[in-house]
This record gives sequence, C-alpha cells and structure tokens, in this order.
Amino acid sequence: MTTRIDTRFAELAKQGRSAFVTFLMAGDPDPATSLEIIKALPKSGADVIEIGMPFTDPMADGPSIQAAGLRALKAGMTLKKTLELVRGFRKDDNATPIVLMGYYNPIYIYGVDKFLVDAKSAGVDGLIIVDLPPEEDNELCLPAMKAGLNFIRLATPTTDDKRLPAVLANTSGFVYYVSITGITGAATADSSAVSEAVARIKRHTKLPVCVGFGIRTPETARDIASHANGAVVGTALVDALRNSLDAEGRATGKTVNAVAELTAALAQGVRGAQQAAE
Amino acid sequence: MNIAKPNSYRSGPDDRGHFGIFGGRFVAETLMPLILDLEKAYTEAKADPAFQAEMNGYLKNYVGRPSPLYFAERLTEHLGGARIYLKREELNHTGSHKVNNVLGQIMLARRMGKKRIIAETGAGQHGVATATLCARFGLECIVYMGAVDVERQQPNVIRMEMLGATVMPVQSGTRTLKDAMNEALRDWVTNVHNTFYCIGTVAGPHPYPTLVRDFQSIIGNETKAQMQEIEGRLPDSLVACIGGGSNAMGLFHPFLDDPSVEIFGVEAAGHGLTQLHAASIAGGRPGVLHGNRTYLLMDADGQIQDAHSISAGLDYPGIGPEHSWLHEVGRVNYLSATDDEALAAFQLLSKLEGIIPALEPAHAIAKVLELAPKRPRDHLMVVNLSGRGDKDVPQVGDILRGKSK
Repeated sequence: MTTRIDTRFAELAKQGRSAFVTFLMAGDPDPATSLEIIKALPKSGADVIEIGMPFTDPMADGPSIQAAGLRALKAGMTLKKTLELVRGFRKDDNATPIVLMGYYNPIYIYGVDKFLVDAKSAGVDGLIIVDLPPEEDNELCLPAMKAGLNFIRLATPTTDDKRLPAVLANTSGFVYYVSITGITGAATADSSAVSEAVARIKRHTKLPVCVGFGIRTPETARDIASHANGAVVGTALVDALRNSLDAEGRATGKTVNAVAELTAALAQGVRGAQQAAE
Repeated sequence: MNIAKPNSYRSGPDDRGHFGIFGGRFVAETLMPLILDLEKAYTEAKADPAFQAEMNGYLKNYVGRPSPLYFAERLTEHLGGARIYLKREELNHTGSHKVNNVLGQIMLARRMGKKRIIAETGAGQHGVATATLCARFGLECIVYMGAVDVERQQPNVIRMEMLGATVMPVQSGTRTLKDAMNEALRDWVTNVHNTFYCIGTVAGPHPYPTLVRDFQSIIGNETKAQMQEIEGRLPDSLVACIGGGSNAMGLFHPFLDDPSVEIFGVEAAGHGLTQLHAASIAGGRPGVLHGNRTYLLMDADGQIQDAHSISAGLDYPGIGPEHSWLHEVGRVNYLSATDDEALAAFQLLSKLEGIIPALEPAHAIAKVLELAPKRPRDHLMVVNLSGRGDKDVPQVGDILRGKSK
C-alpha cells in the first residue's frame, strides 16, 4: 500500500529537499477558522500537515499546546469534528498528507475499528499517538496498518540502539524523532546531537526521518532540515495563532494570515536547507 | 458480571502489566526505557534479602510499624452490630499509610542511583511522606500539587517545605490531583536521566500499580496476623476508602483468596452520584489515562471530566487498574459515600473514639455506619484508618462554622 505520505516523501527525495511539517490543533480557536488555517498551509509551503486531536490531559505537551487543546474543546471540538475538518480539507486538496496526532483515550472511546474506517474515508493518512509505545501495538498500531493508515512512531533520545528495532518494527510513513527529552515547546534542539541521532536511526531503517520539538525559527528549521528528511514545527505556529486572537480568545481578521505568514517563513527556511546541503 | 472467575485473585498482573483488560503501559516513548529499567530493578530488589531486611529495619524503627489493630469499643456499642477494628495506619510516621510505599520506592531509587525525586500529591500526605524520606536520605524532592489543593491543604504544604521539598503549585486543567500527575509526568519526561518518579497510588504505567500494591500489602499482612492473635481467626469483612486505591489495595490484597472475607471499597460520591463526584467505578467506564487502562470519569468524546470530593486525596477521576479488575470479576464490592456522610463520620469517630480521622478514611467510616448494624455481634469488621485528620482540621472547622462549603 502506498499512502499520500509515501508519495510525498518520494517526490521530495526526487527534488532533493526536506519536508516542512506543520502542527496545529484541530478546532483552534474554533472549527471554521481552523479549517481556513489548514487550507492555507499547503499554499504557504507546508509539505505534510499534522493535526492535533484535542485532549483534556495532554501529558507530553507544554503550555502552548495544552492551551490550544482547551481552546478547541471550549469551542466544541470533538474527534468526530476533527474528522469532518479533514474531510473539509480534502475537498480541495487530495495530495497533501494529513497526520492526526494526539492521545489514545478519545480514539478508544470512539471505538478503534469505527475510528479507522471513518479516518480513512475522511482522508487521513497517518496517526501519531503519543501514549501508545510498541508494547501496546495490539491496541491501535496493528489495526491501523491493516486499515491502510501509517502508524508513525516517535523515537526519542532515550530510545537506544537496543530498543530502536522494536520501535521501528511496525512504523510506517516516516519516523518522528523527538529531538529533546521533554515536552513540546520547551527546549531548543541541538543540531549536532540531532544529526548524530538521525544517522543512528537511519542505520536501522529506510524510512524518512523527521525531527520535531524545539524548532521555532526559520534558521533552526533550516539547520535541522539539513540533517533530516523533514522538520516539524508546532508550538511556534500555535503561539502565532494565539497572539492573533482577541482578548476573549476569539479569532480576528489577522488569525489565518498570522499562521500562513509564519508557515511561509519557516518553509523558506526548510527549503534553504537543500541549498546548504548541495 | 459474566467474567470467568480466576483460580487466584492474587496472581496478577501478567508480564505486560495487565489485570484482565486493565493496566498496561500507555506512556510516551521517552519514558518507556525507564519503566523497563524500573521493572528490572524492582524484580531484582524483590529477590534480594538485603533489600527486604533494610526496609524492615526502617519500617520498624522509622515508620513505627506494626501499626496497631485497635478494637473500637464505643463505635461498636454505638452501632450495635459487628465488632469494629481500626487498622491504625494514621499512627505511622508522617500520619498516613503513604509512607509504606514511599519508603519502598525511595530505597529502589537509591538502588538505581537516582538523586532527584518527583511526586504528585492530592491531600499532601504522599507529598509529606516523600519529602520526609528525601530529607532522611539526602535526596532532592519536588512535589507537584494542584493549586486548589495547595489552598485547602495548607498545613501539609508548610510541612513539605519545612522538610526541604519544593512544592510546585499546578495551575493547568482543574488544578487538582489529576493535573498534578500530568505535570509530574511532564517533569519526568524532561528530566529522565536523573529523576525517579515516586507515584503515590496503585495507578500509572506497569510496574507502578504492582510495586505500590506490594509495598502497601504490609497493611493486610499485619492485619491477618494481628486478628489471628486477638480473635483467633480471619476477619469477616474489610472496608477502606478509595481515591487511586493504595490503602485499600494494601489491606485487601492478602485477603483476596480468602473467600469468607467480604471486601468493601468506598469511593467519594462528592455532592452525590448524579452531581459532581469522584466515584470512577460507580459513575465511570474503562478508558486510558496516566499510563493505564482503568475506570475513568469522562464525557462521550473521551475527554476526562472534573472530579469532586471534599477530600483532596480522593479527588481524582480514575482508580487503580487492579481495582477495576476486582470490580469486574466481582471480588470486591465498590460503594460510595458523599461529602456530607464523610463529614458526619469524621465527627462521630472523633467524639466516640478520640481519633480524628482524615477526610479520606472518614468515607470508609461512613459506610461502616451502614454496614456494621446489619451484621451479627460476632462479625469481625476491619476498617483501614489510613490517615489522621490534623491536615483537615482547618477545612472542617471552617465548614462546621458555616464559613465555606
């Protein structure tokens, strides 16, 4: 099976450049604005789109993404509406890969089998579920692979060579390397450590390796992208979104543009990496 | 429940940390290698007689064990039914059962060479126990506590600070125990290299529910021996309160395969089960949070709901996974007591026995007031008096004087 993710990374490899991967929370600050923002991302240079599934207790996220999830939940976001958001995006774009990222409980409560059918038909290509390590593969990873969705695993600085094969065994689409030990939006990634880690992962897999956590600026994005197949930015985009809201946390005329502009700047950073590498 | 009865109720979990469908290891990859290390270290420690011998020394001379099994004569007379015995965990050093588990985990942390200890706390009893043992062994201690709980359990905040711990008020979410646990997990994920997470209850990813249970089982083991000595037989029933459920699991576990022993866990019904409460089994269903699958309070979308209890120690929307399993196989009966029932029991025990209980075990006493009168006079009932009420005196005083609710 070939997903939009596989196709996209194959195209980028041909072009000799790394992917720019964006993360935003579904339904932040409200479902309608969220759809407009997601639609604006490919035009601004996003190659792969990660969409957060809001959860009350996001244990691996820092304050910015926690707050984004709470804004979305307050605006009435549910997992069902997140799938509708993807469906809405797919009306105009059948090429940009969509990866849903979040925590297991809302999916477990939705029902794993029903979720996989609905996600596939909505146009979702892959899943990143923070609290499902390989030890729990029976829960969602194996059923997702069977349903034709990529299950993208997080590898971290604590995932040593002994453990990497277990982590990579049922991973598909790409590998997401978490560049720091910590929560989203906390520290800045160190590019030499990242380069070493990516090389280490590549000794175990042919899959593309994208790097996230701690990338906030076009400069860091370029730096990281020159060592990996993709750079993921989340918290910086979520912060740009938040800074565009009014005092009550509602969208303003500036909101969509604020995210689109930062996306464009970061995408340029990532595209600069290829020149640096050549 | 139409689930097959196991041969033993004490053989769980399986090697992946499952009690039936409950338990497991639902954590971020960053933490997985640590959890595997911890499991290995615990397995080795359990098999090492020197570890147990050292722990026994501290349990006796530092914690003050064994804790008495006390015949509550006036409460028994007042209720006119079962003979009621109180397992006096409130007499332990630091004032609750929490110290049993913390001692075990701190000794494990030392074995593993970890110098920085983090903990979450609700009422502050686990935080105080952790701060105490960190002081004793010269370890850095950071305690995460919901900002709401910092407010309502001031005496314990002051105690932790006096013991040299740093108390971090948690402002996210509902600002209670659940959020303190989220924040502790965030700290752990950030400081994996030098940090040991000392979880306070029989919840979290495997192996925590098992190791906390094992360290707390001293409560039930002592009770069994003491009752044998006093009455020459097993008790007929056990009653304990449940937030995460560590004091209850510690009392229950050694008796699970004694079929003549009726077992009752008491959850916090807050304002009542149709309103805000913290009774995960009575009002929740299975879901995944904080590293394990267990009964949780949540909405139709799987979002975790706010719990409420007058007692900060029970104010948690989940329960340990082994309790969820014991509920489904029908070995333990889970009941609930409201804020008002617990307050009434708090006052009654204070006046009849001269023992001011913590608000948490006051929930267990509240159900004893219903269960004991219906049982014959030769029925032996053990209640786990898991903590003392000193920390609750200001809050209860305000409520009784009508200042707050």
